[in-house]
Amino acid sequence: MSTLNTLLLGFISIVLINNLVFTKFLGICPYLGVSGRIDMAFGMGMAVTFVVTLSGTLTWMIDHWILMDTPLEVTRYVCFILVIAGAVQLVEMYVRKFFPSLYDSFGIFLPLITTNCAILGLCLFINLWGIDNLLEAVVLSFGAGIGFTMAICIMAGIRENLNMADVPESLKGAPITLITAGLLTLAFMGFAGMIR
Amino acid sequence: MTQNSESTAGIYKETLLAGLWRENPVFRLLLGMCPTLAVTAAVKPALTMGLSVIFVLVCSNIVVSLMRNLLKPHLRILMFTLTIATFVTIADLFLRAFQPVMSERLGPYVPLIIVNCIIICRAEACASKNNLVISVIDAVGMGVGFTLTLCVLSGIRELLSTGMIFEAKVMPDWFVPWAAMSMPVGAFITLGLLLGLVNKLTKGKS
Repeated sequence: MSTLNTLLLGFISIVLINNLVFTKFLGICPYLGVSGRIDMAFGMGMAVTFVVTLSGTLTWMIDHWILMDTPLEVTRYVCFILVIAGAVQLVEMYVRKFFPSLYDSFGIFLPLITTNCAILGLCLFINLWGIDNLLEAVVLSFGAGIGFTMAICIMAGIRENLNMADVPESLKGAPITLITAGLLTLAFMGFAGMIR
Repeated sequence: MTQNSESTAGIYKETLLAGLWRENPVFRLLLGMCPTLAVTAAVKPALTMGLSVIFVLVCSNIVVSLMRNLLKPHLRILMFTLTIATFVTIADLFLRAFQPVMSERLGPYVPLIIVNCIIICRAEACASKNNLVISVIDAVGMGVGFTLTLCVLSGIRELLSTGMIFEAKVMPDWFVPWAAMSMPVGAFITLGLLLGLVNKLTKGKS
């Protein structure tokens, strides 16, 4: 029961309270770049969720079962980035084979998931928070992906409507997106008191 | 001969200045947004971050430029990332040893330099095509441009959120600190408004 409780609390906290985009500023590049249309944003969110779950789990295993037993902890960052690059390569091949149209519309942003800070960031945070339980690491990574998907979909929905709004000339594009994101983080701060 | 060397000097100067304003990584290319937003609550961590980025950028541009003829097209991004990861590890260990407080404060954002788009972008767009000297000059220009942007942003945020700059009080006593400026909201909105301002300025010029 208490394990389940911890897992559930961890999941909710990483989706709503410690959302990577809104509170840790991770994954801002795709957040600004791909959030133009809802379907693309959702596809991107799914791809990131898959990669982050896979690499969060794998890096935890590598970190705890190999690096911490041997004096190789200095190579941690190199190992992490290799795992992530491999996972992204898998997703890229899969999407190109089964969803060619989605593959074309992503363009450069798909291989760029490798350099999505949300993924490396999560692997580092799992290490930093001292998560010592494999199951918890898996749930946290999955939650981080869901949190990212949610953030980018909310943003895409707002931006689709923003196209019709009368935005001052010099604020068009990235600036107004950033300001909107700022207001969204303000809304998400309301969740902060939910879990200590 | 003299004209030739003059034009080379011209290219060097051009490359150096491009990073500072015309192709400023944050304001013009929208690269490296994550650290820009995350570490700019105060000037000191922002400056530390900027210096680390300059170090990594220069080193990785040197290495990439030296091995540019050996790169296989489909493996190049991986090679770039591995090179960068190595130098980031060096920077991280250095900070941990000599600036433990700052290292603690920056937390995971130092290793996150690995996935900073600026560095990969410069490796891809400049260092893998140009010789050593141009790559180094480009790295310095871009790095300094990035650092200056961080300082401007963090200066505004630190001033408004605490009334201090570099932990020295500058605002008069009646000033009420805006707590929101040190939170994520302040980061997003300040950067958004700054970008708008830059757009306005460049539009007026051209």
